Amino acid sequence: MRPLPEAAELDATDRALINALQGGFPLCDEPYRAVGEALGLAETEVIERLRALLERKALTRFGPLYQIEKLGGAFVLAALKVPEERFDEVAAMVNALPEVAHNYRREHAFNMWFVLACETPAAIDAAIAEIEAATGLTVYAFPKEREYFVELKLDAG
Amino acid sequence: MPDEIDRRLILATQAGLPLVPRPYDALAERLDIEPQEVKARLAAMLASGVIRRIGAVPNHYALGYRFNAMTVWDVADDVVDTLGEQVGALACVSHCYRRPRHLPDWPYNLFAMVHGRSRAEAEAGIAAIAAVLGTDCRAHEALYSSRILKKTGLRLAE
Repeated sequence: MRPLPEAAELDATDRALINALQGGFPLCDEPYRAVGEALGLAETEVIERLRALLERKALTRFGPLYQIEKLGGAFVLAALKVPEERFDEVAAMVNALPEVAHNYRREHAFNMWFVLACETPAAIDAAIAEIEAATGLTVYAFPKEREYFVELKLDAG
Repeated sequence: MPDEIDRRLILATQAGLPLVPRPYDALAERLDIEPQEVKARLAAMLASGVIRRIGAVPNHYALGYRFNAMTVWDVADDVVDTLGEQVGALACVSHCYRRPRHLPDWPYNLFAMVHGRSRAEAEAGIAAIAAVLGTDCRAHEALYSSRILKKTGLRLAE
């Protein structure tokens, strides 16, 4: 289990690149060159900086962001109230499922929050049943009923 | 719905775009289709919403956003959609959804993610949401993340 990571050292060029690349990457033959021209950077520098940012995990990924719902699949947020003395054991059980895309500890009686990503809604129900059987705990499912806004645009400074 | 070639294109790009000068040509070669078709299919999936956007996904901790709160609010059902749109429009909110309550344990139906580089910055965001909701909100809480237990993102089976 990973504690929260420290902030990475990013220079002004890294920050400008991250801010410029949060959406709208061009669909042209040489898109890295096009991005570089807008920022005053050579194409090779754009590529090398992106590679380095991914390696240092300042970026978790770079590319198309797919919406699984539009592919017939489903994402469901779910939570558990885990007794403190069982927390690590239950985290290992939950993380073992490939359907669990992320899992966070949060400071609350509902102390474990994870996202199930499945290619079919039936697979979500099966994953929930599997977690309940393995842990003996109730899974509280929070399927999204309506989306008001999603845009992870953070200001890299 | 995406066809078989779209599915192969998704599998080839879900971990990321090739970091080469002509990334769409590289994908075309891998999938044995024309570069023009790669770009056209990506454009079509963007237009239909299958692709939300093409770009970088920052690790918010690495950018210095260490105070990440899932804020949850109990908002009257008849106004939650109107107010949810307004909360989602706030600059400090990255994701905003309506989700089911689980009474009596969980009375909250509006979820908004708030990110701050300091606790004060996150709390200012929470105060901004509270100001939008006003007396239509009966109760709220902020659940700060304290540990990443897993983060792999979506992976379609090969």
